[in-house]
Amino acid sequence: MPFVVELLIAIALVISGIFGLVGSFGLIKLKDTVQRLHAPTKATTLGVGGVLVASMIYFFAKTGNVSIHELMITVFLFLTAPITANFIAKAYLAKNTKPDELPGASGDFGWSIYDDPPGSDKAG
Amino acid sequence: MIEYALLFAAGCYGIALLMDLWRIVLGPDSADRILALDTMVINVIALLVLYGVWRGTEVYFEAAMLIAMVGFVSTVAYCRYILRGDIIE
Repeated sequence: MPFVVELLIAIALVISGIFGLVGSFGLIKLKDTVQRLHAPTKATTLGVGGVLVASMIYFFAKTGNVSIHELMITVFLFLTAPITANFIAKAYLAKNTKPDELPGASGDFGWSIYDDPPGSDKAG
Repeated sequence: MIEYALLFAAGCYGIALLMDLWRIVLGPDSADRILALDTMVINVIALLVLYGVWRGTEVYFEAAMLIAMVGFVSTVAYCRYILRGDIIE
């Protein structure tokens, strides 16, 4: 394996390790639950992306063909991280705020954490 | 050089797992614990991929893909249980 490729893989691995560490350090450092949502959903996802990029370069240099598994994992993680963050924020809001503490929803329907979804029998 | 970088990254993710565990033990709200569990799943995916690179096999990517899917579904299930009191309505 040429030196430049090794250097590239090593740099990607070190950067991704630091990002993963920063994500979890933010999880114990920040002082509010909603603030704590920021660190793992952004930094840790980027860290895992770096690990998968390093693994793609490694197996491309080793075997000569592009492996698509890592790309699938990366796409899946990047798609699901915002969804889980949204769900956790909704769970936190549903447990810790009352309906009259929130500003009114601008649409025809209320907040999704208190009201049923539009189109269901119990809506409104 | 790759070996040392792999060791460094694995050490970082190991310490990150311990920090997530600390947040699970400490976390005042259940949203904190769900968030820490989700972060643990993502860190374990990274560790699995690192182990696969270290051993030089591509076997571990299927396991990483499966753990990613199961982790996402379990996080959504926890949150839905807190939100609605029911997972599948």
